[in-house]
Amino acid sequence: MMPLLAAAPVYGLPSYLFVSALLFAIGFFGVLLRKNTLVIYMCLELMLLASTLALVAFSRFNGTLDGNVFVFFVLTIAAAEVAVGLAIIVALFRQRHTVSVEELNQLKH
Amino acid sequence: MADTLFLILSVLTVATALLVVVNKNAVNAAMFLLLSLVGLAGLFVLLDAPLLAFVLILVYAGAVVALFLFIIMLLDTTPGSFKPFKPLTITAAVLGAALLGLGVWTLVHRAELPLAPKSLPVATMKQYAEMLFTTYLLPVQVVGFLLLIAMLGVIVLSKKHVVREDAR
Repeated sequence: MMPLLAAAPVYGLPSYLFVSALLFAIGFFGVLLRKNTLVIYMCLELMLLASTLALVAFSRFNGTLDGNVFVFFVLTIAAAEVAVGLAIIVALFRQRHTVSVEELNQLKH
Repeated sequence: MADTLFLILSVLTVATALLVVVNKNAVNAAMFLLLSLVGLAGLFVLLDAPLLAFVLILVYAGAVVALFLFIIMLLDTTPGSFKPFKPLTITAAVLGAALLGLGVWTLVHRAELPLAPKSLPVATMKQYAEMLFTTYLLPVQVVGFLLLIAMLGVIVLSKKHVVREDAR
């Protein structure tokens, strides 16, 4: 199988890193600005995906495979994190009947 | 060819990611997350990692987004009233944006990054397996334990705690 990426692409490593940074920023602002815990979780996932894109891009442009292997671990951790996080959200919803972060402030008082 | 594809896929990924954040409905947000994942998988294929793209679609679209949708349907939350942001949140957002801008600026103007990719054949599953079971054998074992612990944690968390009378 031939590599898809041309020898001298117009959009090289900086472009991929820029897309990754944009994705991370969108996820970050989602975590900051949204109130729904579930949507905050989705934004966390976006941030993780941005980091995987940076890893794959670095690995491709440096001619190694280690970054790609690391993405496997990131994906595994992300899956475990989503399972535990959603279980916590369901347990919280059972107790408080809300998923809004503004009303989940019991630790503050 | 690859450059046009990169433009299309990156615009798709970023635009749908933005829609995840601004969407009021959680179900629509999950759907846009799915579209964003498809775009990202395309970018992975463009970076000569088709196996990773496959795994990404399998794990995220198959498990994570499905789990999200399931929980959203289960909880059935109504979008609450919107409260204005606190000054601390606004300060943090501005500071974060400034830091990110600085980082991207440094990346574009200062960093000495390799522009052309090293020419190498597309990695096969055998190569991945070889690395996973030799160099990264210990991390694989640790991740296996982590998955086991996460599974036990989820079982404990989702159990209903019934306090028995004689236990008090």
